[in-house]
Amino acid sequence: MQPLSNIESLLYFSPEILLVIFAAAVVLLDLVVKDRESIAVAYLSLVGLGCVFAAVLITHFSFGNADPVSLFLGMVRLDEFSTFFKILLLLATAATVLFSLRSEELDARLQGEYYALLLAITLGMFLMASSTNLLMIFISLETVSLTSYILAGFLTHNPRSSEAAFKYITYGAVASGTMLFGLSFLFGMAGSGDLGHISVRLTELLASGQVSPLAVLIAITFVLAGVGYKIASVPFHMWSPDVYEGAPIPITAFLSVASKSAGFALFIRFFYAGFGSTELMQAVNWPFMLAIVSALTMTVGNLAALPQQNVKRLLAYSSIAHGGYLLMGGVLLSAEGVGAILFYLVVYLFMNLGAFYVVVLIANEVGSEMIEGYRGLSSRAPLVAWAMVIFLVSLAGIPPFAGFFGKWLLFTAVLEQGYYWLALVGLLNSVVSLYYYARIVKAMFLEDYDEEATSVSFSTGTFALLSVFVIPTILIGFLNIFYTFSNISVAVIPM
Amino acid sequence: MLLSLMIFVPLVGMIVVLLLPRESEELVKRVTLLFTLIPLALAVALFISYDRSTAGTQYVVNVPWIQAFNIQYHIGIDGLSVTLLLLTALLGPICVIASWRNIEKGIKAYMALFLLLETGMLGFFAALDLFLFYVFFELTLLPMYFLIGIWGGPRREYAAIKFFLYTLFGSVLMLVAMIAVYLNSNVVNGVADGLRTFDIPTLITLAATQGHALADQHFQIWVFVGFFIGFAVKVPIFPFHTWLPDAHVEAPTAISVILAGILLKMGTYGLVRVNMAMFPQGLHHFTNGDGFLGNSLALLGFINIVYGSFCALAQTDFKKLVAYSSIGHMGFVILGLAARNSEGITGAILQMFNHGVISAMLFLLVGVLYDRAHHREINGFGGLGSKMPVFTGITTLAFMASLGLPGLSGFVGEALSLLGAYEKFKMLTILSTIGIVVGAAYFLWTLQRVFLGNLNPKYEALPEINGREILTLAPLGILTIVLGVWPNFAINMFSESVTNLINVLQAI
Repeated sequence: MQPLSNIESLLYFSPEILLVIFAAAVVLLDLVVKDRESIAVAYLSLVGLGCVFAAVLITHFSFGNADPVSLFLGMVRLDEFSTFFKILLLLATAATVLFSLRSEELDARLQGEYYALLLAITLGMFLMASSTNLLMIFISLETVSLTSYILAGFLTHNPRSSEAAFKYITYGAVASGTMLFGLSFLFGMAGSGDLGHISVRLTELLASGQVSPLAVLIAITFVLAGVGYKIASVPFHMWSPDVYEGAPIPITAFLSVASKSAGFALFIRFFYAGFGSTELMQAVNWPFMLAIVSALTMTVGNLAALPQQNVKRLLAYSSIAHGGYLLMGGVLLSAEGVGAILFYLVVYLFMNLGAFYVVVLIANEVGSEMIEGYRGLSSRAPLVAWAMVIFLVSLAGIPPFAGFFGKWLLFTAVLEQGYYWLALVGLLNSVVSLYYYARIVKAMFLEDYDEEATSVSFSTGTFALLSVFVIPTILIGFLNIFYTFSNISVAVIPM
Repeated sequence: MLLSLMIFVPLVGMIVVLLLPRESEELVKRVTLLFTLIPLALAVALFISYDRSTAGTQYVVNVPWIQAFNIQYHIGIDGLSVTLLLLTALLGPICVIASWRNIEKGIKAYMALFLLLETGMLGFFAALDLFLFYVFFELTLLPMYFLIGIWGGPRREYAAIKFFLYTLFGSVLMLVAMIAVYLNSNVVNGVADGLRTFDIPTLITLAATQGHALADQHFQIWVFVGFFIGFAVKVPIFPFHTWLPDAHVEAPTAISVILAGILLKMGTYGLVRVNMAMFPQGLHHFTNGDGFLGNSLALLGFINIVYGSFCALAQTDFKKLVAYSSIGHMGFVILGLAARNSEGITGAILQMFNHGVISAMLFLLVGVLYDRAHHREINGFGGLGSKMPVFTGITTLAFMASLGLPGLSGFVGEALSLLGAYEKFKMLTILSTIGIVVGAAYFLWTLQRVFLGNLNPKYEALPEINGREILTLAPLGILTIVLGVWPNFAINMFSESVTNLINVLQAI
């Protein structure tokens, strides 16, 4: 298939272009609106996201449905895989905008910049999900990173937030530098930036002995540093608890879901398309390396979450652990594994965002992010408390909630490849994870609330938004349609 | 259809209960009672209309559920499951009535969770698809955690999370085994071909097919161990039993009844349904009487019997005593199953049912006493016999049934289990009878300490057992007597299924 030229590509690129237009419009509207408390910009960004969503669907079904299309001379690819991620990312961004509307920690004077940056970061993530060229991959990664540094430090009056942003930059700079170094290796060896060419070239070179497997392994490891940093896998996870704790809650939710999803999109595309050939995997045993990273990531995440008192920080570690579970699906990158990752990301989007939404609500009403703040919630706000139970139990992977079905798919994929030890580590980890999720449940339901039990009331809109997360968390596993994601992975195979 | 209705009626009930206003507590209780009586009526109907002359599953519903993985909503009943379904459905309304007065806070949430629990249990006993089976198995965890954790005694938080973590630990091992079975379900002579399946009857057939991956002895042994640990935690089999005394002591009365009556049976039911029927070679490996491993299952049964009985003897907390006696009595089930012959398995299944009835009675009786005296210290009572003659009478009946007095139901199951086991494991069976002697000792001793002797003046004004409480105990008391004199009433139900199972076991 011939890549389209730059001019021809523009039409296919309309979702991204729309994102840019709306980001600019948000900034302009912010200049015009006098009332600082106005929420017009937030609504404009929601409208923007809606338009982009329509554009994604239109471009996909009119152009990318039958055959994948390669745009901008092979820089970006429009296929089922990228459309899947774009929709996922749009959902996460829309949820973040809605959370931000309800969050009371954000500075109303800066909301123009805030929403513009959210749209910009979405653009970067769109590109992460669709880039097929080393250069484009790096640019998209940097777009996302730079924007998220600012967003993490958005609570300008809060030193923790500034600390978070600073740590984020420091780690991020090292990680992307390392990755760039790895990319230069790849480019040097293969003489091309295109993932498809790299795959073919590396296989040839390894077969003829012109390149030593060690060099390829080093390149892969360095690339993994950049990707691992985005998905917060061990040993590149250190930034995430501090950043998650310091950043505004909506941004924490966004980073833990959208940023991780985009990271996995990049990861799958890179490893599947770039290093996925059987000969290459035989020469360089990177799946084994990934298996180790995956086991370590979930174990470290879960063990570190055990003693946490701050719910945000606890969810940060839990999100590291979930990165580990997801990575299991990436070991050997079988079609089943990729399908399981995609399924799990959908489930994870709903359950994790839902949990963070409850954190936003509690932070607003109780003013606390600590577990003690959740004491007696079952009598003060029973619906919210039960919703939280559903999210947490689903995160722990217990039937009948969607999290179980997601984990089940992942474990099946891993066992299918014969990695029994990895599946066992993963399963034992989910037992451990139950313990810390149950601590929140315990605070909400089992501990008596000593102060006078004032019931907390929430608006109908709050419950409506909450049910948007609760209902899928209950139903996804039972519906056949969601299991079709496993077919999407076929489209990622290099052209 | 009837079966699906029975499983999901409590779930509908849960939704109805959740929609009721929080203030109308009486209404909530009545609605819950109604929604537990419907499954009981259906269970009785199934029990009567069940065709006893065949071993095949009946009332089968088999519709696709998750097509991508060939998972089916496949339910049906055979003699074993219909017996346990009846037990579950019977204990449902009894527990609702037992909770009528002594649940003080949050009755609505309590009843809703109870109904969810009932759906999980009923579904578990009817499921014929391994995946569905697992989902129902786990579905009972969450309600149980809350029921113990919110409405339990002083150490409820600890007991609830311990129960949850232990069971989850067991079930993840089971999950690995289950996925392994699934992945190998289409491999014949090393070649994967066709669709994989979770369907239990199909898997049982495949596991008996020469050359099929599931029929491989090594595979069967490993998978057997995985499932076994999952179920062993539930039974509980030593050394996985430590959650049980905690959970029982802290749980409210009705929940203890469910725990002892049904949840423990889920473990033994799973052993029969999956471990024995699907992995006969794995079972053979652990019960062939050769060396340590060949005796291991019987040995575990023996340890349960003797260890549980001696622990019960040492207790001064009435409820803990009953809890440990449960461990002891479940040992007979394990011993009977390890025997792998008709007497042993029949005895084991009968013992499952009987223990469900008797231990439910015992926990209800402890609850009655606790509601009046607000403590369960055995040594703190004395001479209650003169104060509460009816209560004493019912308790004596339950004790006698539990310690295995001939003429009451406990005797038949234990005697058959021992009879079957004696053929294979002579020494262990003889030693296991120690458990019966100790059982008699602790029950009679308790009887003496609580009901005989001088009346503790503190309990001068203790009211007699009331009509509501008698209502919960009467059906169970009648069952122990009926099954004691006419055990064939139950045995007829599952004798064909047992014969079928024996055929599978002997085919290897």
